[in-house]
Amino acid sequence: MKFLKYLLVGIVFGIVLVKSEAVSWYRIYEMFRFQSFHMYGIIGTAIASGIIFLQLSKRSHLKSLNGAEIFVPKKERGFTRYIVGGTIFGFGWALIGACPGPMYVLLGTGIYSMLIAIAAAIIGTFIYGVLKDKLPH
Amino acid sequence: MELILNPWPWYVSGPLIALVMALLLYFGKNFGVSSNLRTMCAIGGAGKYSNFFKMNWRDYSWNLVVVLGAIIGGFIAVQFLSNDSGTNLSSTTISELEALGFSNAGQTLLPNELFNMDAVLSLKGLSLLIIGGLLVGFGTRYAGGCTSGHAITGLSSLQRPSLIAVIGFFIGGLVMANFLFPIIF
Repeated sequence: MKFLKYLLVGIVFGIVLVKSEAVSWYRIYEMFRFQSFHMYGIIGTAIASGIIFLQLSKRSHLKSLNGAEIFVPKKERGFTRYIVGGTIFGFGWALIGACPGPMYVLLGTGIYSMLIAIAAAIIGTFIYGVLKDKLPH
Repeated sequence: MELILNPWPWYVSGPLIALVMALLLYFGKNFGVSSNLRTMCAIGGAGKYSNFFKMNWRDYSWNLVVVLGAIIGGFIAVQFLSNDSGTNLSSTTISELEALGFSNAGQTLLPNELFNMDAVLSLKGLSLLIIGGLLVGFGTRYAGGCTSGHAITGLSSLQRPSLIAVIGFFIGGLVMANFLFPIIF
């Protein structure tokens, strides 16, 4: 039962990503060619709403279900890993038009070829884990 | 009903994505889909090859449940909450893609030229899916997050590392779509 709420949030996430067309390869292409405001509108309003939520929850000391105050883990300081890793991610995002969330959502919509991209993404993560200590961060 | 069956406008979708983040934070978790890729490596025994995967994956199993929900959500959205309206792309995009070899842009959810069975069974199509997946999986972990973790959660919490990562996402995406696509397709 404790997993039910995660399942429901996942379902909402999947429905929103399809209905928003954020899972669309075409929309990602359009975004990176600056030919439509659509994706910028989605990401922009998501961030704006997120900022409002986090600021309000900080001010009202909103507590999560486990009793602690709502808390977003801080990313480590750094530059190289973010710019280089981010750029590599961006290459893949534009190429297959899907980041990790949409890959799974698209699988649910019946695009079974996404299984290949998902398997490759798992292998890509594995390669990072093996090379981690040799990479500049 | 038409309002639900048609594609949702950006100003409805964006806040709903923030709601997903807010709910996960309220549950005491975090919104970061790509973490599940690491969890799957750990489940598959990758801890034998790198300490990076030596983790108690059961602590992260909630994230796999979110992903399972996302798959179900995708199914529900196309089966019960959609009509045949297609994607309302800009006319520039449609003609540009036509020139690149993608016909009928926007009429299917994804381009058949990349994702249907014929594409998967061709060397080029298969290679692109594999290379794209590898880049996403490697890049997201190197950068410590993907669109959900950095662009949505990281920027919402005003974190500088996430801003750098998102700038990276766009450098990569812009180079791919603007300079590499004409070579690849």
